[in-house]
Order: sequence, then structure tokens, then C-alpha cells
Amino acid sequence: MANTRSPEEKNKRLLKWAVIIVVGMFGFAYALVPMYNVLCKAVGLNGKGYTRVDVQAVTRVDASRMLKVQFLTTINSDLPWDFKALNKEVEVHPGKVTKVHFYVKNNANHAMTVQAIPSVSPGIASKHLHKTECFCFTQQTLKAGESMDMPMIFHFDRELPQDIKTITLSYTLFDTHIHPVENNLEIRS
Amino acid sequence: MSAEATLDQPKRHPLSAWFLRWVCSTNHKDIGTLYLFFSLAMFLTGGVMALLIRTELFQPGMQIMQPNTYNNMITMHGLIMVFGAVMPAFVGLANWMIPIMVGAPDMAFPRLNNWSFWLLPFAFSIMLSTLFMQGGAPNFGWTFYAPLSTTYGPPSTDFFIIAVHMMGVSSIMGAVNVVATVLNMRAPGMTMMKLPIFCWAMLITAFLLIAVMPVLAGAVTMMLTDRHFGTSFFNAAGGGDPILFQHIFWFFGHPEVYIMILPAFGVISEIIPTFSRKKLFGYSCMVGATASIAILSFIVWAHHMFVSGIPLGAEIFFMYATLLIAVPTGVKVFNWITTMFRGSLSFETPMLFAIAFVILFTIGGLSGLMLAMSPVDYQYHDTYFVVGHFHYVLVPGAIFSILAGVYYWLPKWTGHMYSETLGKWHFWLSTIFINVTFFPMHFLGLAGMPRRIPDYALQFTDFNMVATVGAFGFGLSQLLFLAVIYKTIRGGVPATAQVWEGAQGLEWTLPSPTPHHTFDTPPLITD
Repeated sequence: MANTRSPEEKNKRLLKWAVIIVVGMFGFAYALVPMYNVLCKAVGLNGKGYTRVDVQAVTRVDASRMLKVQFLTTINSDLPWDFKALNKEVEVHPGKVTKVHFYVKNNANHAMTVQAIPSVSPGIASKHLHKTECFCFTQQTLKAGESMDMPMIFHFDRELPQDIKTITLSYTLFDTHIHPVENNLEIRS
Repeated sequence: MSAEATLDQPKRHPLSAWFLRWVCSTNHKDIGTLYLFFSLAMFLTGGVMALLIRTELFQPGMQIMQPNTYNNMITMHGLIMVFGAVMPAFVGLANWMIPIMVGAPDMAFPRLNNWSFWLLPFAFSIMLSTLFMQGGAPNFGWTFYAPLSTTYGPPSTDFFIIAVHMMGVSSIMGAVNVVATVLNMRAPGMTMMKLPIFCWAMLITAFLLIAVMPVLAGAVTMMLTDRHFGTSFFNAAGGGDPILFQHIFWFFGHPEVYIMILPAFGVISEIIPTFSRKKLFGYSCMVGATASIAILSFIVWAHHMFVSGIPLGAEIFFMYATLLIAVPTGVKVFNWITTMFRGSLSFETPMLFAIAFVILFTIGGLSGLMLAMSPVDYQYHDTYFVVGHFHYVLVPGAIFSILAGVYYWLPKWTGHMYSETLGKWHFWLSTIFINVTFFPMHFLGLAGMPRRIPDYALQFTDFNMVATVGAFGFGLSQLLFLAVIYKTIRGGVPATAQVWEGAQGLEWTLPSPTPHHTFDTPPLITD
């Protein structure tokens, strides 16, 4: 029984529990990261909810609306690559399958492997974005000085909220050597 | 006061006697005193920064500092007041009062207690040293949102991270001590429902600290690895998310605001019955209300993030959960009023501060309700209305309860009565100037003045001038408090054991000043 223990014993037990809780809560802060990512993907928050379509989906085009889709490219840290969208902006109807091109060049004097991480803004539009083909699905390895043209095929479905008129798709290029891609949820899907 | 030290160590050099007495002390009363003096020093340091901020805001245009210096000041003011002034003050009161309230000879882990205090001066030396570093002190506000604190943080941010880790460790150890003392060291016969209400408040606060300080430690560790070790927790370009930082921060941050106010509720719930000469009305409801506030504090964090693009469903959930907190808080306010109702009231300084607390904290609580409503928060967010709100709950809330507690227990600690005249002057000047300082901020916020800006549009000038005058009035009134403390330590009318006519509880059975060692044999509680 608890009453038969001396105060010292009770204090030691309590200290043990306190240490367990403290370590557990420290871990919980880290556990919030995957929890948050899963939640964002489930509800389409912060541009993390888009789906990958393996076969060309048959969609009906909603010709009554026109969407402006803009493309942004960023290079993370000091990666010595060129990365740009050859189509800065396209106008599409919801449901219309569209192909755009991106250009990459490895300026380093050795071969490098990179991975593009996508993001969608406004976040809610990500649930209605369907990509048939994207360079962001895989990693790219280029030899020193090599360049490449990368296509991306996508469409937005007709359920896209009416108030969304402009959508930005942004891609950031990472050196997979520094940033192991296993950390990135997007690639696994 | 050094009588015992000299008895124990008759041949020591005075400096080494001082060192042994204060730096090596494991006595809960000594450590409580150290905490309180440390907190006072930080309160004055943070206060000077507040006055610099108010000077800058006296008129539109740049007055005395660069915008970045202004950002350094608001960041440091917030961090110092939260982690340096309010939290250590309550730990100090807990150290002093809990053992003599529950009839224990000392805190449960005296050496741990010494360590948790002595981490603080070092933590704050590191924190304050950033002011003199190349690149400047942290300038991202006390909430240190990513990416301001990660990608764009000055080099001194790493010192800030270390300091936050140290004060986190200190708070956790202090909290463990409180929990162990309250749960395991009570005198025989003191059941949990006979526990003084201040001990209940500190116990629940300590649980909150143990639960959320590690989350803060996690947040700053992620910042550190984002800054230097190639992770991308908060970097959108690396697959992370800066909004995630806000979630983690406020998961710590909202319980943190209750960490600063629940002990205040405890202090006030001790003082009002004494000067009403009645038992606390609804003791068990008060305990329940404190516990409910603590539990609810874990499910309301996103009300700080209504404008960050969270889904509508989440906004509604967090809005209702937040409004729900008004229920237990209302229970507390009504119980204080009912305790005073038909009591034989007398208005000594602690009671004045306690009554002002009830009124002014409630004003802060009501503006909190306004902010809790998501549709109107879009208008109030990041304006001076928010600044007015949280200063109402922290200054005439938390700080007033600390001042009330110090006046209430000072005769017990020193054996001298303080000067009631000076105390009353201190009270009235503080109360008047606090309202002059913070009330206009509500109007400024409603009119659209954003917070965290060193310069503002012309139409905000008048209210800012009023606030600055109030701030200087409030700041200078605190010199009276210093005078009261100095005079009371040095001498004064000897205090009786009970000190206050209506005071009830174990601590008032001890002589004043309290002997260095008390309750070596536990008292038996019968009633």
C-alpha cells in the first residue's frame, strides 16, 4: 500500500514518473510533426493534399471558368543548379489536362541527385489538383553541366471552389544528399 | 539572519559565510527569498525596457531608437517578464509557503531546489548578454515564430535557445519539487481537500509545467536543428511548415498563460477570506474550477492562430473550447465575490490589491472573450487590443497577485509590519496608472493600430501619449514598493504570529519571523 512507503520512497517514485512524463512530452513535441503532416494531407491543409493520378483520368471540362495557374521555382540553400519554369503562367479550364515544362541544369562539376518538393497555394486547392506526371514524383540525377527539360501534366477537378481564380504551384529543389527524401511525406504517396 | 551560519561555521571569512548561506543553501525559505529577489530584479529590468518602448511610442516618428532596437526591446521585455519575473515569483512564493502551509520541514528535493534556482541567473545572463552581441539581440518577439527566428534570426538566437532550455529545466525541476512536496510531505491528517487553496493552485500549475515545458524545449530544439543541422521542420522550402511552429509553440503557450495565472488565483483565494473574516466560499468548486481551467488549456491553443488559415471547422471548435474556459473562471470570480459578501471586510494593502485583481483581471478576461470569437478576432488580431488584453491579465492580474502576496506574507517572513501608509500609496498609484497605461490600448487596437511597430499613424498619437504617461507613473510607483521592502526588512512594528486577525492555517501558527527550520516534527491536523 502507498501508505506504508516512507516519504523518501514515495518521492523517488514520483521523480521517476516526472522524468518519464518530461521525456514523453519532449517526444510528443516531435510526434506533432508527423501528426500534423498526416492531418494536413487528410484535410488538404497548406497545399499538402493533392493526389497523384496514375492513368489519364477522364474528366469533363468546365468551360465556364478560367483558372490562372502560376509556377514558382526555388532552389534550396546553395544548390548550384538552375531551375526554372518554362511556362511561368498558364490559363486553364477546370478539368482540362495541361502539360507544362520546367528546365534544370546542374552547374556543379560533379553529378548530383536532386528532388523537387511541391506546394500548392491556396492550400485548399491542393485537394482538387491531380497530377498525372510530375518530375517531383522521382529524383533526378544529372552529370556535371548537364541540363534537362522536365514535363508536368496536371488538371484541376470541377469541384474546385468557385472563389479560387488564381493558383500557385511552387517547387523547391533539394540536394538529396543533404536532405534525405525519406523525411518527405509527399514522395511516398 | 546570519546568526546560524556563524554558529555553524564560526571561523569563516564573511564572504564565504555569505556564499554558504545563500549559494549553497538548500533551505526552502532561503531559496524562496532568492527566487523573489531574482524576480524583482527581472521585473525592474523588464520594466525599464517597457519604459524605453513607451518612450519610443510617445510620438509618431522615430524618437530614441532604431526599429531593430525596438524589436529587441519588445522581445526581451516579453521574455524577461514571462520567464524572469512572473514565473520565478510564483515559484518563490511556492517555495516559501508550501512547506509551512502543509507542515513539512522543507521541500521534497532540497538540492534539486537549489539547482533549479541557480540555473536562472545564468540563463538570464546568457539571455541579456545577447543585447551586446554583434548582430543584435533576438528581434522576433517573445513568440519567436519561424521563419523569423530560424531563417532570419540573428546569430544571437542560439544563445536565446540555450537560455530557454536552461529556464525550462529550472521550471521543470521546480515543478517536480512542488508536486512531490504537496503530494508526499503533508502533515498527518491534512487530506487533499484540507489543503490550503494556494497549494492546490501551485500543484495544478506544476502539473502544467511538467507537461508543457518539454514541448517548448522540443520547439527550440527543432529551431536549433533547422538553423544549423539541415533539418526543415519549419522551412516550407524543405518540406516543413512554418505554421507547424505556431501549433507547437501555442500548444506550450496557452497552458503557459495559465501557468502565470493559476498561482495568482491561489494567492487571491488565500487573501480574500483572511480580510473578509470568512472561510473561502465554495472551496471544492475552486479546486475543481482550477483543475478544469488547466485541462481546458490543452485544447484551445489554435485560438492564437485564427488568421493563419486553419479550416473553418477547427476555428469553430477552438472558439467554443475557448469560450468554455469562461465558465470555471466565472465560478472563481463569483466565489471571490461571495466570500466577501456579508463578510467583516477590512482594507489593508493585500486586500486592496486582491480586490483590484478581481475587478481588473475580470476586465482582461472579458476582452479575452472578445478575442476568442473567431469572426471578430480577424479584426482584433495583432492589434493593440491584444496588447491591452494580455497586459490586463498579466499586470493587474499576475503581478498584482504577487504584490498582494508579498504584502500579505512579508510580516511573516521578516517579523515586521510594513508601512501601511506607503503600501496604500503604492496600491493607489499602481492601480490608477495601470489603467491609464493599458486602457487606452484597447481603443488604439479597435482603431486599427498594429502591435510591434516603433512608429504609427498620426491619429493614434493622443492615446499613445496617455499610455506613455501612465507607464512612467506605474514604473516610478514601484520605487515605493522597493522602499516598503527595504524598510520592512530593516525594521518596523513587530508582527504577531497570526499577523492578520482573520488569518487561518498552519503558517500563521509559526512565530514571525519564521524560524529558519520549521515543522521538524510534523504537526497533527485535526480540524
